[in-house]
Amino acid sequence: MAKVTSLNVNGKKLTVDVDSTVSLLSVLRNDLVLTGSKYGCGEGQCGACTVLLDGVALRSCITQVGRATGKQITTIEGLEKDGKLTPLQEAFIKADAMQCAYCTSGMIVSASALLSKTPKPSREQVIEGMNGNVCRCGTYQRIIEAIQVASGQAKEVAG
Amino acid sequence: MIDDRELIEAIEPERYELFEAPQYNFAFDRRDFIKAFGLGIVFIVPVTRAIAQQRGESGRGGSQSLPNDIGAWIHIDENGDVNAFTGKVEVGQNTRTTLTQSVADELHVPIGLVHLVMGDTDLVPFDVGTFGSRSTPTMAPQLRKAAAAAREMLIAIAAEQLQVAPNDLRIVDARFVNHDKSKTLTLAEVAKGRKLVKVIPDDIAITQPKDWTVAGTSVTKVDASKFVTGKHEYTTDLKRQGMLYGKVVRPATFNAKLVSSVTKDAEAIPSVKVIVDGDFIGVVAPDQQTATKAANAIATDWKSPGQPSNSQLFDLLRKPAANTRGGGGTRPQGSIAEGLAAADKKLEQTYTVAYIAHAPLEPRAAVAEWNGDKLTVWTGTQRPFGVRGELAEAFHISEDKVRVIVPDTGSGYGGKHTGECAVEAARLAKAAGKPVKLVWTREEEFTWAYFRPAGVIDVRSGVKNDGTITAWEFHNYNSGPAGIQIKYDIPNTDIRFHPSDSPLRQGSYRGLAATANHFARESFIDELAHAVNIDPLEFRLKNTKDERLRAVLNAAANKFGWGKSKPAANHGFGIACGFEKGSYITTCAEIAIEPATNKEDDTNKRVRIVRVAEAFECGAVVNPLQLKNQIEGAITMAMGGALFESIQFDNGKILNPKFSAYRVPRFSDLPQIEVVLVDRKDLASAGAGETPIVGLAPAVANSIFNATGQRLRSLPLVPRGLNTNAKS
Repeated sequence: MAKVTSLNVNGKKLTVDVDSTVSLLSVLRNDLVLTGSKYGCGEGQCGACTVLLDGVALRSCITQVGRATGKQITTIEGLEKDGKLTPLQEAFIKADAMQCAYCTSGMIVSASALLSKTPKPSREQVIEGMNGNVCRCGTYQRIIEAIQVASGQAKEVAG
Repeated sequence: MIDDRELIEAIEPERYELFEAPQYNFAFDRRDFIKAFGLGIVFIVPVTRAIAQQRGESGRGGSQSLPNDIGAWIHIDENGDVNAFTGKVEVGQNTRTTLTQSVADELHVPIGLVHLVMGDTDLVPFDVGTFGSRSTPTMAPQLRKAAAAAREMLIAIAAEQLQVAPNDLRIVDARFVNHDKSKTLTLAEVAKGRKLVKVIPDDIAITQPKDWTVAGTSVTKVDASKFVTGKHEYTTDLKRQGMLYGKVVRPATFNAKLVSSVTKDAEAIPSVKVIVDGDFIGVVAPDQQTATKAANAIATDWKSPGQPSNSQLFDLLRKPAANTRGGGGTRPQGSIAEGLAAADKKLEQTYTVAYIAHAPLEPRAAVAEWNGDKLTVWTGTQRPFGVRGELAEAFHISEDKVRVIVPDTGSGYGGKHTGECAVEAARLAKAAGKPVKLVWTREEEFTWAYFRPAGVIDVRSGVKNDGTITAWEFHNYNSGPAGIQIKYDIPNTDIRFHPSDSPLRQGSYRGLAATANHFARESFIDELAHAVNIDPLEFRLKNTKDERLRAVLNAAANKFGWGKSKPAANHGFGIACGFEKGSYITTCAEIAIEPATNKEDDTNKRVRIVRVAEAFECGAVVNPLQLKNQIEGAITMAMGGALFESIQFDNGKILNPKFSAYRVPRFSDLPQIEVVLVDRKDLASAGAGETPIVGLAPAVANSIFNATGQRLRSLPLVPRGLNTNAKS
């Protein structure tokens, strides 16, 4: 079986030793101890495992790690720059766009992919872009607000 | 004050999962109260005698190893940090934030100085569990008492240290300051070098809501930065030295007994260990892939009895249960026959609700570690002490040998009251001699957890042409008695809950049966209003004098613009109200009937919820932001159970155990949500995690009737869309 021996994660080249057919999520979480990406369903239906592959959002639970070799992988742990939260992360806090927050990593990674493609998304574009991410606590309204605040389209969220 | 144990046993018998027998029977064979806190000052709040006595009674989850007469404690450490200890856990209801606010408010310190230690059975006082919306009404006052007493006692100590009169000192931003600010001390300077334990009198006064400064304000999740960066470690994220990964081999159906198993192929895989103990079969391996591969390599033969399917469900539920715990109802008032005789219109209807799944995004998970005969388990549960009891029972050890630690958890909604995953992980770890992590798959979570009870509800009533309801007969089969009582002024009532033998494992779900009972009641109230041609809002107001209910009815109606305009073509308006767990609610909904978006359902129309206005009153509001968040979330979650969520089962199998087959609300389902908080500073705060969920289903059913003339009486209302040709 083909092996994967190195991965580019969050700007660093990391050494691994895994079969190429293992899920990217499993390698990130168990081998690299980057546990910000979550397991939620294992079938690409909930978005909790979302990471960026060369800037494009994908479901790491149904992606074989072999597909990620030679590409830039970005996880939730890689979004902060110089220890500073991104505007999107700040906006999630200010909008209180989380309850249990288990979905939050996937939401923020998906939203950052959305914003890099569509810097000022309409409400409809946010809904379309984020529809693959599930929040069982039901904070969708606040997540939409957070994304719109981060994209400079809405002011601070009221209450 | 109602004690939690009393609440469970007397009022909420539908918490079925708390009365279950242990799942596995393994063949296996006090610590001091004040642990080494280090230096500083500890303030202890005893609970009332009545509660302490009840805690001593037997029952699952009862803990005997900690003093059972202590409700909360606060430790001021040598750094001046305030550590508050509670047995409650954080599962997304953001009680970590609101309890922190209450402590900071009472102690007059900034919120950042307060650290809440939650859900660690070796460190925190006994607590029956985080459910029933009890954290705010029962835990917040206990922590406030500790903080209030701490404030006064600390001032006395500081006054002595500064040689001033105690009444000359105040605490301002965690500093003791005298009148002209000539003398100050920090919390750290007061706590330094001390080892004091102070017991607080139970009758100490706490700050009333009108004088709150930190509480009552909108504070975002206290440790939100850990969550937006992925740094928070849920149970599923934990790693221990030498940890192995586990996998349990599941039977093909429920209620199966293991006949035989062939494990040699699994055992042949290097580094794999197979554990067979009674009906339990599991494996451990150095990584998850190998564990899964080994589990799949085990051949098993199970003996299963024939079991019912969805199609027989509601007939089954009408049969009386063998065990009638919690049955009966309140004493009937007046006479139903006389009430019906006095009515101009008599109506009778049956409503049903399906089993639904909590589907918490973090599935059940546990990391178990044995050190000699001492067991430590990290797991996401709403009942750390209950799970400790389950573990002690499963392994025939005393509870003081078991420590359960609950990291802030990926939601529960009433679905994580039990410790099945913790028990399994501990069994695997015992055999492996190493720490073991076990994370249930989504399919396991959908199959082997418990469901919100299904139910059948019969209602019979009569109404006069002037809108006066004359009789109210209400029978709930199986789903439960929560929210079954009424605030309508009806002279003749007979309201009962009838337990049934459920074909599926069932238990608590956010709001319990209040959703089913509100769905049936408020749909039927709507039917009565239409029978006598009275506006549904006016009809409700006419039949209740309860001021708190009237206040939320009017508040929601105003926000929604009820009666101000007519719905557009193919749109409908609906209203529903209610009360439960000390809170009052009214929900108004607007729905639209639209062309189907899904090919499979092209004969049926889509029901889209366009707009929801909900008014909610739960006494004094502790944190408007978090309360709004809970209400919005409850409305969103409620849409699933109202419109499309339903567990399908046949012959001991769940047929839709994954998100691709069990639809949950998504961004595209989101309506415009408007929340009105009715803040009653003159009333004690009630919990608010549950009751905001109960109004949506009937409001939507009533708006579908408003739009189409079709009366839908089963939840979910439109799992395959709306057949507009159907007759109601």
